[in-house]
This record gives sequence, structure tokens and C-alpha cells, in this order.
Amino acid sequence: MTVPLLHVEGLVVRYRAASPGPPAVDGVTFDVAAGETLGLVGESGCGKSTIAFAIARALPSDASVSGTVDLDGTDVTALSGAGLRRWWRDDVAVVYQEPQSALNPTMRIGRQVAEVFAAQGLDDTQANRRTIELLDSVSMPDPALIARRYPHELSGGQQQRAVIAMALAIRPKLLVLDEPTTGLDATVERGILDLINQLRHELSSAILFITHDFELIERMCDRVAVLRRGTLVEQGAVDEVIGAPRSDYTRELLDCAIPRHRTKGNDPSLNHLDLQRTPMTAHPEIPLLSVVDVAHRYGQVVALDGVTCHIGRGEVVGLVGESGSGKTTLGRVITGLTVPDRGVVRLGPATIPANVRRRTQESRRAIQMVFQSPDTTLNPRHRVREVLQRARHKLGGTSSVDDLAASVRLAREQLDQLTATLSGGQKQRVSIARAIAGEAALVVCDEPVSALDVSVQATILRLLVELQHHRQVSLLFVSHDLSVVSYLSDRIMVMYAGTIVEEGPTEVVLAPPHHPYTAELLAASGHLPIVTNQDGSTAAAAAPDATVTQPTVAGASAQPTRGCPFFERCPLRIEGTCESVPPPIRDLAGGLRVRCHLPFEPSDQHETAA
Amino acid sequence: MSLESALVGQDVAVASTSPVTRRRRRWTRPTLLGSSVVIVIWIAAAIRWEWIAPFGPSEAQSGGRFVGPGTEHLFGTDGFGRDVLSRVLAGSRPVLTVAPLAVLLATIGGTVLGLILGYFGGLVDGVAMRLLEAIAILPPLFPAILVVALLGSSDTVLILVLAFSFTPIVAWTVRAATLVEREKPFVEAAHLRGEGAGYILGREILPNIAGAVVVEATVRLADAVFALATLAFIGLGAQPGSPDWGAQVADNRVNLQNAWWTVLFPAGAVASLVIAVSLVADHIREWKAP
Amino acid sequence: MIRWWTRRLGAVVITLMLTSVVVFALTNVIPGDVARRILGREASQASVDAKRMELGLDRPLVEQYGSWLVGFVRGDWGTSFTKQEPVRDLVLSHLGKSLVLAGITFAILLPVALSLGLIAGLRSGTRTDRTITVLGLCGTATPEFVSGVALLVLFSVRFSWLPPSARSEYGLKGLVLPVTALVIVCTGYVTRMVRASVVSTMERPYIRTARLKGISTVSLVRRHVLRNSMVVPVAALGVQLRYLLGGLIAVELLFNYAGIGSVLLEAAQQKDVPTLQAATLISGVTVMLTFVVSDLAYGALDPRVSMSKPR
Repeated sequence: MTVPLLHVEGLVVRYRAASPGPPAVDGVTFDVAAGETLGLVGESGCGKSTIAFAIARALPSDASVSGTVDLDGTDVTALSGAGLRRWWRDDVAVVYQEPQSALNPTMRIGRQVAEVFAAQGLDDTQANRRTIELLDSVSMPDPALIARRYPHELSGGQQQRAVIAMALAIRPKLLVLDEPTTGLDATVERGILDLINQLRHELSSAILFITHDFELIERMCDRVAVLRRGTLVEQGAVDEVIGAPRSDYTRELLDCAIPRHRTKGNDPSLNHLDLQRTPMTAHPEIPLLSVVDVAHRYGQVVALDGVTCHIGRGEVVGLVGESGSGKTTLGRVITGLTVPDRGVVRLGPATIPANVRRRTQESRRAIQMVFQSPDTTLNPRHRVREVLQRARHKLGGTSSVDDLAASVRLAREQLDQLTATLSGGQKQRVSIARAIAGEAALVVCDEPVSALDVSVQATILRLLVELQHHRQVSLLFVSHDLSVVSYLSDRIMVMYAGTIVEEGPTEVVLAPPHHPYTAELLAASGHLPIVTNQDGSTAAAAAPDATVTQPTVAGASAQPTRGCPFFERCPLRIEGTCESVPPPIRDLAGGLRVRCHLPFEPSDQHETAA
Repeated sequence: MSLESALVGQDVAVASTSPVTRRRRRWTRPTLLGSSVVIVIWIAAAIRWEWIAPFGPSEAQSGGRFVGPGTEHLFGTDGFGRDVLSRVLAGSRPVLTVAPLAVLLATIGGTVLGLILGYFGGLVDGVAMRLLEAIAILPPLFPAILVVALLGSSDTVLILVLAFSFTPIVAWTVRAATLVEREKPFVEAAHLRGEGAGYILGREILPNIAGAVVVEATVRLADAVFALATLAFIGLGAQPGSPDWGAQVADNRVNLQNAWWTVLFPAGAVASLVIAVSLVADHIREWKAP
Repeated sequence: MIRWWTRRLGAVVITLMLTSVVVFALTNVIPGDVARRILGREASQASVDAKRMELGLDRPLVEQYGSWLVGFVRGDWGTSFTKQEPVRDLVLSHLGKSLVLAGITFAILLPVALSLGLIAGLRSGTRTDRTITVLGLCGTATPEFVSGVALLVLFSVRFSWLPPSARSEYGLKGLVLPVTALVIVCTGYVTRMVRASVVSTMERPYIRTARLKGISTVSLVRRHVLRNSMVVPVAALGVQLRYLLGGLIAVELLFNYAGIGSVLLEAAQQKDVPTLQAATLISGVTVMLTFVVSDLAYGALDPRVSMSKPR
């Protein structure tokens, strides 16, 4: 048995202000060996971040910490003053979520990284040289240029790489990663995780990886510890804990999350619904909703570049893409919250005004929306009952408020509560109830579960499926998460840089052939098998050359290229054609439509993905 | 814009992101208590100083002129033999009549204006902002001096001119807060329901900015007392002989050497009220901003 | 950059024009009575009418406004009703003296408020912080004439250390008390702003990132806290001049200092409309200029503000 590098025993953390009641962390014990990665997983509020910060001595002063924390012989809890600073400087490094706020906005990137070297005693020239080397080693494009930039001029992925660079400058004994990829796009996330994996193989640090997502645990960790409300529920090797969990709670958590390849059709908890995939044959005569040639820019940035699409009655359409793809804008154009620069929105056969305030109450009733952030989606000063009653009243619904609440599984007592007192999941339920209060025909869901815990996500998604099925309401489900979208949707549209690059029935989109961007998305979200190379980097198995390239330096916003918008990132691009000629729309078998120059066989036979 | 937040205060600032729990600041309690007591005393005096004051503020006392503070006259007497304590108590009334009314007007006017400007935006907002800025760059009291010089210092004039000076600032705070609320999804949801501007401003936005409005109003109250006292001091605020605090300080300035109590107590009265109201405003701000 | 400047300048011009309208409107609340007020109740109607014509008060308001504004921009601010002097020289010379007072106040206020605010912010929640904050509040809340009087009582009456007024015969020593009274009021406000900004900065995640690099506290404050927390307060300094100009009135009266405040007061008492208008407008212009300078400072400090040249 190897001597653990990090030894934690009986760790208890209390916040003085919340004196009565259980401590935030209540007697946690675990070890991490050198070169080993331990995952800390649990729902929000379980204390995993608190533990990480307590170990790194990064908690605010009103937190009291007791217990043993030993890193390579040093009693961490006993450090103070210069000793503590030295320990921080040499032995431990922390990477958090939200890299933007982890960086000093008024200091150039290079200086921030160089600061670490300067603290170690290097002089300016040496520090700068090492900085550039370091930025290069984290795959930063053009390190010298990046070093002169300010944090807000970098993309999210680049910011996180900069933070990782700062962490690595010291070759720490202990590396703490707190949800390092939350908030990053799937493809960017994959790049960061690849980088971290690479480092795992190179460094012999003890690594603490904190997340709420079991899939990341599987990908990144050797061992895992499950936390619940400040206590350790279970720990062990990743395969054991995930494959055969001993604790009920772990099992609950694992079950709650929707596994990668599951769709609503084969979800056992939805067996009571009779869900058939209505095969999308020809495009319907008059779809419920259509948008024709819609274009919109925000200043210099193109959000929508001439998009045409439709949604049928009772259909669930998933709209997936990374941030900046225009998917949210499209949803907002449909609901009338954003007025496009050009283009038409039709409800049934009739064109409706682009601005929601000019629409008739009938059309407003027909198109509603569920928003992303639970905390701002409801007026904190209103009570639930008022929210639902008002929606019913204005939109002319027939269900009673009680019925509405019941249909989203909200308890009666909660009707009289202020919305601010509800949990995230509850708020979203109210939000959904509000949207269907007037018997809408189409509800646009803009990332409704992204801000929720993984366990709550599944419940809300299942709820949506049920409601959709019972009321036969159409849904436009917008998300960056392909797994979630493929679970729920009958049909998927993939967007990139303001264009729909691929669309078709779900199974058809998930199976090859793919638009190269779709392939990247599928690889990033794990739908395609991933091959791990010697150096720890990964590649998608399907496309031969599909190493994830970096998005261009932020600031070079997508100029409307005359050719394919994906040109710069595409591993399969055809030089000479793709950059100057707009790609054609090809109709392939199974109802698949792809906007690409690549020679797909129109009559491609393919296996439907399981 | 930087200046905007500077003029308006930190209320519309971004909340902190770290898990640091804001300490419940117990030390603030005594100051809150003390301030409230002071304010209550002055309000009581303003309402019915006749019941509290030992003497009439305009009567010459038998004790004589320029008697120092002592058992018979706690604050001494002035050059006309009048009891200073009674004059100080009586002086609370003019201030606490004009100031709250001016602030009330400014708050109502400013809130309505701010809501409309913040919500509708557009050209009207652009022009109105320039107009508000135009009034706001004039140093405090300059407009008041101008108007009072030409129209006299009746209560009505004072109330109106102070309200005029304060409305832009209140409108500014309210506008900034409205801009923040306007972008929130629950307002967009209201649009999706077809709600009119009246409902949105009154039921969706206003309840969420009420806290900021209260803080702003309280701060303006302190400012108003400050301004009134200064106006009286420079000779433009009150009728001669009135027990207005500022006027008392001005009148007795010449007696600084030999009868300091005739100046210090009224000056102290002004300071005590303004400080008390400011401390209360500070507490409200702390309480509202989690 | 040019575009930003032109837009900004355009806004400034519009605002100043509106200010001139406001000032003109305020001084013409009761058109026509001015002549009566100058000559007094007993004057005959004929002489009042003659005076009105002399002063150009019989023309339509808009025309009066127009000619006044044009004159103002050209540098002709009219003649004082009561002093028979060109208003411009009168006002500008006194404004200059006030700006001297303001300048000295600022010079003292800046380092004091920044340091106190920094200390209070860094030691947030401790007794030091409490003291500084409450003292600051008391300072802001005390009208200048109150603190001025208190200072006079203490230093001039009781102890005779300093002269009782700022008349020129007392030289620089005469300026000490008025400056102190002004500093007390303004420091309180700026200190609290700095403190709030420092507290807010200290709570930002990047401070934690910096601290975990193991750098010394001094470096931490110098490189990370300082620049980020000075942004808003520095911008707010522009606002301070506005307060100062207002506060000067009482102080100048109390200490017999011949600045813009006393000019304004005298004009007010004598209903000298042209002087009133000019003094007010030029003060507004001065405040506007400091706002613009503040904007520049803000842009220089915070790289996120997109007013500078695109990279």
C-alpha cells in the first residue's frame, strides 16, 4: 500500500455565522496517493468545494476548520504566516470554475502567470520566458500574443487554460480542480479535460477533482468519494463505486442521471407513457411554426445567418449548438423577444409580427417560453399562486391553478410561498406550469435544466416528456448538451455560427454520416467511442483526423464568410471550396439534411444507433 | 457608466461571488438605536415643542442676556435673553415640515420618471437623461439660491426648489435599478403574456426596486435637512428672528467669542439630525443588500 | 476612439445647453419684477419701465435667452446690475479663488481618503473599520458651516491658534480652517466609497487566486487590490467637485473668503440677475469638465471599458 501523499482525517468545517445546525463538513476522512486522482462528487451544497478549499487553506476567515490535513508530511492546518505563504507558493494549486472571475481583470495574462515565477525568485526575463513556455504547454494558440492580452479578451476555454497554467507553474504536490469545466461548451470542455488528463500522466501530484457529474468522474478519476450534506457516504475505485455502489444514496444519484445513450423511448421510468417516435417522413404541409430566412446580428457579431426551419404539431425539436451558435437567438426570435434584422415568423399559415408586443393575444397564447436561470425566471416578490393565476388569466387557460400545480408535481402548500423561497428545481416547475397555463401550442425551452443539479435535471426532463405527451404540445428544446437533447427530442437541429448545419430525426442525426461539427459534438459528449492516445490526449474514433482544434482567438468574431462558417475548425475541409463557396443543403436518407460540401452518399444506408 | 454609479451609490453593484457569509454586524445596533432615538426626539419636538420646551422661544427671560448654560437655562440664553433650549427645540419644526415634503415629492416624481425612462428607453430616455444631467451638474444649493433670491423663502418655494434639485438624482437611481430588472426573464415572461407597461412597471419592477428607493429617499432626507440649514445660515432660508437652526447660527456668529453656546447648540442640533438620518439610511442599505 | 469622443462631446454640449436653459428659466421665474426689485417699491412705474427697457427685459423670453447664450459663449457675460462691472471678470476672478480652495482641499482629501478607505476596507469588520466608517459618516453629515463653526470655536476662539477668517491679511494661515471644514465633509464620502470598493474587490475570486500563489500581502494589495478598487472611487472624484462648489458657499461666508460662493450670495441678495446666471452656469461648466476628466480616468484604469482604440 503506497503511503498517501495527502491524508485527511476527521475534517470538520463550520461557518460561524450559521452556528446552530450541522457543520458544512462533518468528519470526512480520505487519502490520496501521489499520481492518483480522487473525485469528490455530490449534489450542490454537499460540501465538496468546502472540503477542497479547507484543504487548500482557502476558506474565508469566518470558517473554523478542525481535523487533520497532512500533505507529504506537512501539517497543513498548523501553517500560518510566511510558512503558509510558502506552502501555497510551492506545494498546492487550485483551479476553479468560472475562470473569468479567477483572473484579475486589470492585469495582463502574462503578468499574472509570471507573478508565480517571480514569487519563486526568478527575475523578470526568466519569468517571462517561462511564462511563454508554460502557456505553450497548455496548448494556448500564439502564447506571446495571449500574454499581452487582458482576461476579458480571451475565450472561456483560453481563460481556463491560463488558470491551469498558473497552477502548473509550480509543479504542485496537490492539485485541486473545482468543477473546472462547468459553464464551458462541450467541445471546449473536452479540450480542457484532455489537457488535464495529459497532466495526470506527467505530474506525480495528488489530484482532487470535484464535480457533480459522474461521467466526468469516470473519465478523469482513479478513485471517487461520494458526499452528502457534509459526510462521506462511500468511497472506492471508480469502477467499483459506479458499477456496484454499496450505498443507496450513490445508487440514487447514479440512477437519476440520464445515461448517455438513453432516449425517452427506452427510459424505463417512462414506460407508462406510450411513446412512439412518429417517423418524420415528408415535411408536413403547414407546420405549426416556421421561420423563413431569419437573420440577426448583435453589432458586428452574426447570431443568425439566414435560418429557415419549422416545427410540427406535437413534435419535440431539439436545437443544439455551442455558445455563440445562435440557438438562443433563434428561440427568442420565435417567441418574439428578439426582433430579427430580416426574416419572417409564421404561426400556421399566417405570418405573425416579429415583435411579441405587436402580436395578438392569440399568438402569444400559442407560443410560450421556459427560461434558463431559475433564479431570475420568476419574480421573487410574487407568490406562486399569483404567478400561475396571472398566466391563466392573461392567456386564457382552462385548468385551475391547483391542476396546473399538480401537473408539475408542485405541492399545494407551495402555492402560497414566495417564489424566492423555492429551490431551483421547484422554480423551474413553476416556470413550466406558467408556460402551459394558457394551453400553449409551442413552448420554447431555453436550456431549462442547465443550471440545475444533475439529479434534478432528470426529473424535470421526465416531467417535460410527460407533459408534452399528455398535452401534445410542441417543444423547441434549446441546449448545448447533446445528451439531454437526444434524450428528449423527436428531431434534432444542429447549429453552428448562425446556421443549421444538420437536421433530422434523432436516431438519424446520432448515427453516421455526420456533418463534421456534429461529429465533434458527438465526440465531446461521449456518443462516439473515444480513443486514448499514449500521451493521454483523446480522439474521436469515427472521423480519422478529428483532433479537436482550438477555436480562434476571441475577438475575431465570425465575419460572415462567403463559404462554410465551420471552415476554420473543420478537420475534413476541402481547401479551395469550403472557404469560398457556401455549402449546399443535401437531403440524405432517413430524412437527414446536411449543409456540407463533403461527398455524402445520398443513399447512405446506416445502422440506427441503439 | 462610471459616473452614474458614482453619483448614485453602490446600490446597484454586483453581488459578491465568494461563499463568504456576511457577518451579522452586531456593532451597528447601538448606532441604529441611538440614531432612531435622536430622530424620534426631533420629530416629537417638531410636532409639539410647546409641550417640551421650558420657555417660549421668543420671550425674553428674566435671567438676562447671554447667560451661560446652567440649571435654569440648560442651553443658556442669547443676546435677547431668550432661552436657547426652547429655541433649539422650536427650530425643529420648520426643518421637519419642509424637508420630508420636499423629499416625498422628489421621491414620487423621481420614481415615476426613473421607471418610465428606464423601461421605455429610446430617444426620450436619451434626451431626458441629458436634462437630468443638466440639473445634476449644478452644485447643490445653486438652484435654490437662485430661486429663493427672486421668489422669497416661503415653505412652498423651498419645498418646490428642493424637490426640483433632488428629483434628477432619485430618477437616476430608479432608472439604473429599472434597467437591471427590465432584462430579467420574469419581465420577458410578462411580455410573452401580453402584459401592459402599467402592470410591468407597477407589479413586476417596482416591488423589486422598492428597497433602493427607500434608501435613496432616506439619504435625500439627510441632504434636505443639510440644505435647509445651510440656506438658513446664508440668510436665504428663513424669516429673520425665526428659530430655524441655521438662522440661529448665522445670527449669533458674532457672539462666538463671548457666548459660544448660542452658536454651538443650534449647530449641534443640525449635525445630530443629519447624522442620525444618515446612519439610519446606512443601516437600511446594509439590510437590503444581502 | 474618435467616434467615442465625438459622441461624448456631443452629449456634453447638449447637456450644457440644457443647463443654460435651466439656469435661464430659474432666473426668469417672474419676468419683469427684477426692475421693480432693484428700484424698490416706491419707484414710479415710469422709471421701472425705463429700467426694464434698459436691461432688455421687455423683449420676448426666447430672444433674451438667445442673446444671453450667444453672448456667454462669446465671452460677453453682461454687466452686473448693481456693480456696473463686466460680469465675466467679476465671476472668473472669484471662481479662480474658489478653485484654489478646492484644489488645496482635493490635494489633502485624496491621499487621506484613499488611505483611510483602504485601511477600513482591508480590515473590514474590525474596530478600526467601524471607527473609520462612522467617523466618515459623521463627517459627511455635518454641514460645512457647522464644522466650520466648531473649528472656529476651538482653534480661533478658545485657543487663538489660527486666524478667525480667511481674508488676505491672514495669508495662508487663514486658509487652514476653511480647508479643514471642506476636507471633513468630502473625506467622509470618498472614504466610504473607497472602503466599499475595497471590500467588494477583496471578495472577488481572483484575489483568492492571487493569494494562493503565495505572494506577500503587500504585493497582493499593491498589484491586485489597489487598481481594481480605485476605479469607481476615482471616477467619483469628479462628483466631489460638485459637492465642493456647493459647500464653498457657506464656508466662504463663514470665513470671509471672496470666492464664487460669496459672489453668488451677494448677487442673490441684490437680485443681480446677470451675475447669478453667469456664476451658476460657469460652475456647471466646471463640474462638467471634471466629469469628462473622470471618464477618461475611468477608461484608463479599467481595460474593459471599450472607449480606447480597438486592439
